Parts: sequence; structure tokens; C-alpha cells
Amino acid sequence: MGTSTTALKGAGPVTGSRSFIAKLRDGDEIARLITLVFAASVVLITAALVLELWVNSALPRQKFGLHFFATSVWDPIMDQYGALPFIYGTMVTSAVALLIAVPLGIGAAIFLAELAPPRVSDTLQFFIDLLAAVPSVIYGLLGVFIVVPIMRTMIYPALNKPFGYLPIFKGPSYGVGFMTAGIVLAIMVIPYIISVSREVLLSVPRDQREAALALGSTRWESTWKVVVPFAKTGIMGSIFLALARALGETMAVTMVIGNTPKIAASLFAPGYSIAAVIANEFTEATGDLYLQSLIALGLVLFLLTFVLNGLARILIVVTTQKGSEVGG
Amino acid sequence: MMSGRLRWRKFVSNFMLAMTGVCAFVSVLVLFFILGYLVFNGGTSINWDFFTKLPKPVGEAGGGMSNAIVGSGKILLLASLFGVPIGFLGGIYLAEFSGKGMASVVRYAADLLNGVPSIVIGIFAYSLVVLPFKHFSAYAGAFALGMMMIPITLRSTEEFLKSVPRMLREGAMALGASKWKTIATVIVPAAYRGIMTAILLALARVAGETAPLLFTAFGNRFESHGWSQPTATLPVMIYTYAVSPYEDWHRQAWAAGLVLLGLVLIINILARTILSRGIAVPRS
Repeated sequence: MGTSTTALKGAGPVTGSRSFIAKLRDGDEIARLITLVFAASVVLITAALVLELWVNSALPRQKFGLHFFATSVWDPIMDQYGALPFIYGTMVTSAVALLIAVPLGIGAAIFLAELAPPRVSDTLQFFIDLLAAVPSVIYGLLGVFIVVPIMRTMIYPALNKPFGYLPIFKGPSYGVGFMTAGIVLAIMVIPYIISVSREVLLSVPRDQREAALALGSTRWESTWKVVVPFAKTGIMGSIFLALARALGETMAVTMVIGNTPKIAASLFAPGYSIAAVIANEFTEATGDLYLQSLIALGLVLFLLTFVLNGLARILIVVTTQKGSEVGG
Repeated sequence: MMSGRLRWRKFVSNFMLAMTGVCAFVSVLVLFFILGYLVFNGGTSINWDFFTKLPKPVGEAGGGMSNAIVGSGKILLLASLFGVPIGFLGGIYLAEFSGKGMASVVRYAADLLNGVPSIVIGIFAYSLVVLPFKHFSAYAGAFALGMMMIPITLRSTEEFLKSVPRMLREGAMALGASKWKTIATVIVPAAYRGIMTAILLALARVAGETAPLLFTAFGNRFESHGWSQPTATLPVMIYTYAVSPYEDWHRQAWAAGLVLLGLVLIINILARTILSRGIAVPRS
């Protein structure tokens, strides 16, 4: 590395700002340039990613235009590609996931932030962090062998018998389908909702709670009518974050959704999602239009998560800053 | 005396608070449920062959996943060699050298990259590394996983470096050390444990990634020699075996699941407890 002379040189009395040459000799300028190259490469890689997706999805853009999103025929033999069934599947499974995960996640976050003593809260949060670290293929494995049978033998009869006249619970169940994928996704995104919502709730200033309690509200009223509304935007942020995760999740969904490109009203019907069709068909896609249609789906996924993540970040930052401002 | 209304409000309060406790309890229970199932199903099907033998042809029982274990190791090693230096040195740039404009561009790019679904990263690695060389390879898989390690390493290096007390910096400068010497000998060592924790967590995260490997490293039923052949990995094996119709493959998928989950959780627990003990949480 550097020689001892450079250290001695720097040890002398420093008069004014050093010249560029002197800085170069001390290694400062070299270090700056080297680290700059690595930092710039991050920007370069990200830009290349966006560019590749855009350029490599030009064919379906020219051929189908916006019809790509509005047609539901996906037929590699006839070279016809419409993204609607996949977009539908992604949206339905994500919606089911959020319907389950949001109440559970926010409830748990309230318990961790408001009720549990700090030690208990930290311990539980540790487990939640571990839960978030479980690989998605493991969720898929459990989904295939545990959730699918439970779905077929317990949840389907329980919902189909009394509510079978509703279109969403109609028809036969094969175990795999929108509902199964939604349940597995819900389990996967709950940790994200809990972690972020807990942080946001903890950033609500103490005097907000105390003021509510002093006015005679019960513990729950102070939590639900004062603390939660204060943290509302941040909690919305955690939900967007979870939604972005759910939309982009591949393996677990691929393993339990049934992989059938059909739009069905019934939640028990098998379907398909954007990420799942890419995972399944990418390696066997023959022909440029087929491959590029899959890449176009990837671009759609990228744009969706990009917007959601951006919104989530803004909402979370706004809320935590509000907390520190009011709290002074 | 409590009025009826107050009694009702107290009841609602206690009930709802109890419900939040149930939510938290159920959420944490899922972890133990997952662990229990994998230990039960994986534990009964794991054996020495799993670690030492190659997969048997379809229809023959037995065999193992030694090639996938080696393959995962190779790809993770290469991914770290690619992702960690970029993240680490880039993080040093952000914390120590950069002006405002450039820093916000880099940070924005990293946050964007962090949110990209892993399957999309796979598409990118495919068109950048697989297509030009015309075959699936360990390189391509490592490129995809390394890319996913960059943002985590970058942002946490920056945060931990920034949380090093000013006095250490000034002390070194006052002794006449140049800026890069201060960084290399004082600041980075002071932030070392935090950065290591973050790198380990990033490694644990990509160790379980499956989607970006499907069409980059692909898979292989045999030993892959060198780095430019299709390479088997544990997560992809779990996927292929779990969706296959063979009973014996399901058994091995559980075994592989147990090994993978054990690996990921152990790295997580070690990083979060031992390595990061006593580290102040960096300001957000």
C-alpha cells in the first residue's frame, strides 16, 4: 500500500489547501476516483437494466401496441400474445394477499409498538425478521404440500357450501388457484407490513398518546383514534411495500397458482401471474416475438414495482419526519 | 361506580388490544410452524447420501444433491466477489467523497435496483450474459445474484461509515494522516462489524433466491466443471423436485429445503446476534 514517506509528507504543517498534485501523491485523489468508478457502476448497471428491458421488448410494442394489455389470448403456436390473464392473476392474488395480510400485520404491529414491553417487542421483532428471511422457494414447498391439501379439503368446502352461489366461490377446486396463491403471498408479506408499521408507530411522539389518555380515552381509543391516524401515511407506505413484494413474487406463486392462462371469476380456479409465466416459459420461448413478449411482461412488472416502491418510500419518510418534528 | 357506557368502552379496549396480541402471536407462530414442518419432513428424509451423491436418473430411488450444494457454493462465492466490492467501495464513495448531486443519483439507482423483482434481474442477466455466450453458466447466475447484493451492501456501508464518530476522523487527520489513510485505517475498521453484518444478511438473502437462477445458472443433473457450464443450485433443485410427480423427489425436496432454510437462518441469527452485538443502530 502507501509508503511511509507519504505519511511523513502529510505530517508536516499544512498551509492552505493542497494542490491537486499533492492530493494525488497522498492517494486521496486516487482513492476518490477508484471509489467513484464503483459508485458510478451502480448507476450504470441500473440504467443498463432499464435499457435492456425497453429495447428487448420492442417487437410486441410495435406489433400489438396497447392491445397487448387488453387481449387475453396467449398462444405461442399462432404467435399471438395478450397479457390480460397474467395481469388479472397478478392483481387478484395480490388483492387476496393484502386482504389477509393488512389486518393481521397492522394488528401485530400495534401490539409490538404500543402494548408489548420493549424486551418482548424486540424479541418478537427478531422472529419477524427471521420470517422475512425465509426463501420464497421454501414458502412454495410448504404451499404445494401443506396449503394446497388444506385448501382442497377444508377451506374450499367451508366457503363453497354456504357461499357457492357467489361467483367468487363458485365451481370446483383443484387445490391450486388464485386463493391458494393469495394465502401463501399473505404469509410472505406480513413480516414486511409488521416491521415497517411498527417503526412508523414507534416514531409517533409520546405526548400524542398521553394527551389522548389524559382526556379520558381508553388505551384502545388512544391507539386507534390518535396514534394510528398520526401514522396513517406511513402505514399506507408499508402496505405499498408489501404490494410491490407480492406483485413481483415468483417462485411461491408459480408453485401454487395452477399455471393456466385463463380469466376466471372464481377464486378457486387455477390462473397464472406475470412472474409465473416468465419463470415457466422463458427458457422454452422460441421465436423473437415470444421471448420479447415475455420480456415486455417483465417490463410491466418492473414499472409497477418501481412506482409502488417510490410511493412507499415517500409516505414512510414523510410520516417519520412528521413524528420527529412534532415530537421536537 | 362505572357507568354502562364506560364499562362498554373498557371492554372494547381490552378486547381489541387482546386481538392485536393474537395477530402478533399468529404471525410469529408461522415461523415455528415452517421450522417444525421442515425439520419433521426434511429430518426424516435427510441422510449422508444427500450430501455426497449425485442425483440418480428419474425412476431410480436414492441419490443426493452434492452437485447442487457445490454449485450453490460456487455461485454464491462468485456473486460476493462481484457484488460486495462494488457495494462496499461505492458506499465509501457515498459516505466520504461524494458531492450532493452524484450521491443522490447513486442512492436513487441503488434503491431502484433494490426494489426490482428478482425474476426481472434474471431476464437482465440472461440477455447480458447468457445470450452473448450462447449457454447457461455459473457466471450468469453469479452476475444476477451479485447484482442483488449491491444495493444492500452499498447503503449499509454508507450508513455505518457515516455513524462513525467525528472525533475519530478528526483525531486521525490531526495526526497528519491523509484522507484515504484515515478511511482505510480508522474509519472502516471502526465500522467493520456493522458492514460485515450487512454483507452476511445480503448473502443469506440471495442464497435462497430461485427466480433469477432459472434461466441463468439453469440446472444440471451432473457435476458441472468450471464456471461456464449450466450449474445446479439448491433452490432451483427444490423447485424442480417439489413440482415433479415423483415421491422420492418430494422427499429430497424436503431434505434440500431443510438444508437451505437451516443455512439461511443460521447466517441470519449469527449476523444479527453475535456480529452486531453492541452496535448502535445507524441513523436512518
